[in-house]
Amino acid sequence: MLPLVLVFWLAFFRQEIPSFPPEGYSLRWFAAIPGNSAFVNGFILSLEVALMATAIGLALAVPASLSIARRNFPGRAAINTLLLLPLVVPGIVLGTSLYVFQIEGEIATGIPLLGTTTGLVLAHALVIIPWVVRLVTASLLGLDIIIEEAAQNLGAGRWTTLRRITLPAIRPGIVAGALFGFVMSFGNLEMSLFLVGPGKTTLPIAILQYLEWKIDPTVAAVSVVQILLIAAAMIVTDRYVKLSQVV
Amino acid sequence: MARLVLTDLSKRYADHHAVKGVTLDVADGEFLVLLGPSGCGKTTTLRMIAGFIEPSGGRAEIGGVDVTYLPPWRRNTGMVFQSYALFPHLTVAANVAFGLEMRKMPRAEIAPRVTEALRLVRLDGYGERFPRQLSGGQQQRVALARALAIRPDVLLLDEPLSNLDAKLREEVRIEIRELQRQLGLTAIMVTHDQEEALTMADRLVVMADGEIRQIGTQRDLYERPANRFVAGFVGRSTFLDGKVTEPGTFVTSGALRILCRADGPTGEASLALRPERLSLNPEAADNRLPGRVEFVSYLGPVLDVHVRLSPEDRVVVQIRNRTDAAAPEVGDAVAVGWPREAGMVFNSRSAGP
Repeated sequence: MLPLVLVFWLAFFRQEIPSFPPEGYSLRWFAAIPGNSAFVNGFILSLEVALMATAIGLALAVPASLSIARRNFPGRAAINTLLLLPLVVPGIVLGTSLYVFQIEGEIATGIPLLGTTTGLVLAHALVIIPWVVRLVTASLLGLDIIIEEAAQNLGAGRWTTLRRITLPAIRPGIVAGALFGFVMSFGNLEMSLFLVGPGKTTLPIAILQYLEWKIDPTVAAVSVVQILLIAAAMIVTDRYVKLSQVV
Repeated sequence: MARLVLTDLSKRYADHHAVKGVTLDVADGEFLVLLGPSGCGKTTTLRMIAGFIEPSGGRAEIGGVDVTYLPPWRRNTGMVFQSYALFPHLTVAANVAFGLEMRKMPRAEIAPRVTEALRLVRLDGYGERFPRQLSGGQQQRVALARALAIRPDVLLLDEPLSNLDAKLREEVRIEIRELQRQLGLTAIMVTHDQEEALTMADRLVVMADGEIRQIGTQRDLYERPANRFVAGFVGRSTFLDGKVTEPGTFVTSGALRILCRADGPTGEASLALRPERLSLNPEAADNRLPGRVEFVSYLGPVLDVHVRLSPEDRVVVQIRNRTDAAAPEVGDAVAVGWPREAGMVFNSRSAGP
């Protein structure tokens, strides 16, 4: 908590070089953000990438979770582990291997991936999938499978059962998985470092680059904005699904 | 509402034969109970009727239509599950309406049907609540209303009362039975609870090891059990081992000569005696044997008196608990008597008839 408190405090310091005690307080660093194109573009790119990656992650991870939790097939445990693996592989390692993979892929197929938004989105989807798989699988395992039979007994076919009963019943897991995945993607630095192209920087990279030259409280102000946005997303989500019940 | 006919229905898994050729004819409006110990195949049979398990062989017909290989959603059965299986994200009314929506019924017709179904189970006014806001008994009644709302051909009840506490169980038992009668529903209930089975059924099916051991009314099963298993499972029996020397005469392994029913097998056999058919110190009886009281258990209205008749043979005699007579005590010398008809003889080894 302490670093968080310090960041919030620092963001309101008036002087350029952070020193204690502060000489005074001001909002000038917040006011400076919209004028800084690196931060603004980084924010937009991060948002775009996180949204698209979340969509792709959901589209892949929800059906995967349904298969893992509901069907018994050879290699089920292995696939489950595989899907959760990006969670334990360090970001640097993931970034390096994806970097190599995308270069090799480009050489082999001629389709440019490295440095493109597509390449970045796909990589981020990889980071999001484990979160969705974990939370959705947990929801499915906590759900009494008998209610699916009850639905079928009442006349619902497999698809209708999935759409009307199973998916709504595990909605909290899906929403929570998407939210966590989104946050992980939005704040991802290590992996993205390897994959961004020239002129295309995500917000965390923009912050890092800024820090290489300056240490004024702009970075703290940007962080405060970022933290508040994520907190707002969580609070809004929590109104619809109780996150505390899922995680 | 329809007749249900199962013909040689069976289910074989890789490692065991769960149901071995069940044949049943359930009349329109009849309440049939499948009774048996766990693992006897009763639930598998019910689930095959509902369509959740595909039979390995045989045939199931509902109302004259072959449903053997129809998926669950193409059969018009209403199932009440042990765990209620209410949809947690839907209100009570939406739960009850679900089956009607699946039948593409217009909204305007659904609402009155839902109200009616909830009224039947005395839950009017609970429509807007969610299942988790209801007690176990209320959830059970919602599950029943949901199954009744679709006006099923057959109502299937899978141990519907086992999650309720004893007092509530008796109430709901009567309630289900009254509703079923009032609506003229064909119903099949699975239970391992003998008392529940006896109080609710028109007819009972006793199952063990995937097979039907006997079909009949309460009286049939109790007074004319078809085999040793039924004699032991429905009601209480004490068994004496020995052999039938000639029809109507049984000699125990303790060498007691006993007169019994003449309709049983000959050779090695078991003699089954209902404790309440035996009496202590009777004036005269077909069988009258001396013995010594070994144990007395006090059950309130009745006493169970365990009497040793020979080193090999012990019987339980149930007597009324009377305040005007002294209760037998351990060590008392007594005579145990019973009529010839009380002695039922079965093949001792095989559980089958």
